[in-house]
Amino acid sequence: MSSDPVRIAAAPVRTAPGGWRRRVKQRSTLHAHGEPMLWLTGGALGLALFMIAGLLVLVVWQGIFTFWPGALVEVTARSGERCLGEVVRRERYTPEPGAVDALAPDEAAAARRELEAHRGQLGRRLIRIGNFDITGEHFRWLEDFRVAAETRPAWAVLVERTSWGRCYGIPRAFRVDGEVVAETPEAVWEKYRELHGAARARRARRKALESGDIGRINHALEQARLGLRKVELESGRHSAAWAAAEPRFLQEQEAAAQAFARVQEEIHTIERENARYQIVCDTYHRGQIVPATVMLGDIVRAFAPNRLSFVAKLGVYVSRWREFLCDEPREANSEGGVWPAIFGTAVMTLIMCLVVVPFGVLAALYLREYARAGFIVSAVRIAVNNLAGVPSIVFGVFGLGFFCYIIGASIDQLLFAARLPNPTYGNGGVLWASLTLALLTLPVVIVATEEALAAVPNSMREGSYACGAAKWQTVRRIVLPRAMPGIMTGMILAMARGAGEVAPLMLVGAAKVAPDLPLDGIFPYLHPERKFMHLGFHIYDLGFQSQNSEAARPMVFTTTLLLIAIVAALNLFAIWLRARLRRKFVTGQF
Amino acid sequence: MTTASEPMADAPREPARRHATPRPAPALRGDRLAAIARGEAVPTETHRELAGERAILEVDGFNLWYGTKQALHDIHLDVPFGKVTALVGPSGCGKSTLLRSVNRLNDLLDTVRITGDMRLDGASIYHPSVDVIQLRKRMGMVFQKPNPFPMSIYENVVYSLRIDGVRDRRVLDEVCERSLQAAAFWDEAKDRLKESALGLSGGQQQRLCIARAIAAEPDVLLMDEPCSALDPIATGKIEDLIDALKGEYTVLIVTHNMQQASRTSDYTAFMYLGRLVEYGPTEAIFTRPHLAETNDYITGRFG
Repeated sequence: MSSDPVRIAAAPVRTAPGGWRRRVKQRSTLHAHGEPMLWLTGGALGLALFMIAGLLVLVVWQGIFTFWPGALVEVTARSGERCLGEVVRRERYTPEPGAVDALAPDEAAAARRELEAHRGQLGRRLIRIGNFDITGEHFRWLEDFRVAAETRPAWAVLVERTSWGRCYGIPRAFRVDGEVVAETPEAVWEKYRELHGAARARRARRKALESGDIGRINHALEQARLGLRKVELESGRHSAAWAAAEPRFLQEQEAAAQAFARVQEEIHTIERENARYQIVCDTYHRGQIVPATVMLGDIVRAFAPNRLSFVAKLGVYVSRWREFLCDEPREANSEGGVWPAIFGTAVMTLIMCLVVVPFGVLAALYLREYARAGFIVSAVRIAVNNLAGVPSIVFGVFGLGFFCYIIGASIDQLLFAARLPNPTYGNGGVLWASLTLALLTLPVVIVATEEALAAVPNSMREGSYACGAAKWQTVRRIVLPRAMPGIMTGMILAMARGAGEVAPLMLVGAAKVAPDLPLDGIFPYLHPERKFMHLGFHIYDLGFQSQNSEAARPMVFTTTLLLIAIVAALNLFAIWLRARLRRKFVTGQF
Repeated sequence: MTTASEPMADAPREPARRHATPRPAPALRGDRLAAIARGEAVPTETHRELAGERAILEVDGFNLWYGTKQALHDIHLDVPFGKVTALVGPSGCGKSTLLRSVNRLNDLLDTVRITGDMRLDGASIYHPSVDVIQLRKRMGMVFQKPNPFPMSIYENVVYSLRIDGVRDRRVLDEVCERSLQAAAFWDEAKDRLKESALGLSGGQQQRLCIARAIAAEPDVLLMDEPCSALDPIATGKIEDLIDALKGEYTVLIVTHNMQQASRTSDYTAFMYLGRLVEYGPTEAIFTRPHLAETNDYITGRFG
């Protein structure tokens, strides 16, 4: 319409004095200039970028500050009640009608003043008060109008414990064997710094005994029991073989019990030693000052945030990050680290890659190099592409039904009959999760490999054939090396996809807490049947399954940040690898 | 090759003579090309000098179809041993198709169908019992665009030995040096044998491809417009190289460049629309061709 030469020519004519007028559609002229489409397309891109950037900024901002030690405040209410803790967040709300009238007179007056100043809204703050063992709550909302005074006591300390959450208080005494050896905060702190290192080492030793030595003893005992059970299954309970095997089992059981007792004794010694040292802090509960007693051995980390310099706070921050990355979770995952989840994710992704890459590359090779192009190949290609669009939970259901309950149960029948009815492979595990994800990511690898193969110039194949090479020789020596950058890209995309997937894992082996890593020092070292922790599932668990959801909230963001960082790192690695391989194999004249 | 020594037990497939009707009267000046364009068969004008040569490659009544479209019509061509034979003709006349039929690269296309036969040293090329991989090892091929493999210069040259499983370092080194020497590339490449071949210039890549093609000491060297992607200096080097290879190797070269054909070849075949029109010594074709059509083409009056 706008290309009509007459109408365009008409525009100047219209202004000519005395000339004939012709109506020109301004709309079509604008359209012809392309301005609306420029704004539409640019706007769409801008909106998409804004949303992605918003997501990233939210996650990064929240994730980065989770571990920064905030100030401890002591708030005195108008009622005289005091509480000590960290202000987690503040918000404004509209009170219910009549709520203000029910308040005490001085509070009501303050509330009314605030209502007037802020257009009918009141402010409140969420304070993390900790001391769950005393108060029975981790957090408390406090309305601004109740606050009479707010101070930052210099000696308020934050104690992170192995259980019962955090403890906030002002140190009053350090007790050794029940006797008070220090009474001022300074002296208590001096003692704490002197003795905490040894206590922490004892706790680490105790943990090593519990998970290492007792684990080994239990493993040996279980092996002995299985040996006996195997004899029973093979020969029956009244056979000579069983009669010979039973005393041997009893002997081993006895040996295990003795070893267990020895380890227990050592653990008790450590516990007794740790119980000797205690710190008593003053804290508040229902308007009273209450002593909170913390055993030195239970303390993960303690510091007085209000006294810390910036550098010291940075030290705490780094130490908390290190714990997050390298330690096991505590307190129903809401504290501590995510190391088992990182490790489980890595092992699962690695096994997935070992399975999916060879299969995907071989399948793509057949489709692209061997199969005669035609209807069937096209149909297979479409089917593979559609496979990528199947909801991942469907793969989870398939993995549970096929891998766990059919293949796994058969393996149990054949190889682990002695352990039945306890499933070994007949249940979710890291192997089945890897295979399920391999199936899920197979289309990614096939499509990427096919594209890479299609991009290999035919002239190279012809050159190879002309040299007398057979098909497979050509594929192996010319086509595959040349297609390698693309195949690598497909692999890393599959890894990124697999590492971020959650839904199928809930069915085939991801666990809230998996005490044993899938790789450890007990023969056969790799335990593909074990359940495992996974970062994506960990996020879900923290966000929706945690009892202490307020405390878990910042951990959700931090763990998300970690997962995003891992996936981004994988993608960057892919880009780097592709560029490197391309320099090696692809640059040239073409 | 299994069939090399045994006489042809089965008669080669009967060449499909689509125009078995009486041949048209000897064409007048310019009429042959029109007749070919109409789809009529025109006999090849083969010079008598070729009878004196020993043919290493004989093309005998060869027809080729891409799907339903016939690309080669009843080609009879004897390539003399140790000489350079050039195939010339306008684009789309089937020169490259004929060349690629010699080492059966056209087999890779599903739609190709042939009748007639070719013989290398008297043994059929298209007989069903022929091992095509062994056959290709007896022929080297150089393509229009240089196509070095994504590997080092050294590995490119010894590729055909590698796929035969040759591991002996001495043999490989010797073949590499000899082939690169023969391709006039040794002096430039000897210090960078381990570097990627993809970093070479176009002319160097093409000489590398020639070295690769002669590494296995083929009976016939097939060249498909080897200089069309190169600049004049690189072209000159390749032409010198073809001159140097003459005598030792039989070369069959496709070219669009009349000067190149006249400079480098001993014999020249002129093709038009899938038919061989005239075939004779280069000197005769370029100075006193038997057919006026050939004269028109080589003097640039058409095509």
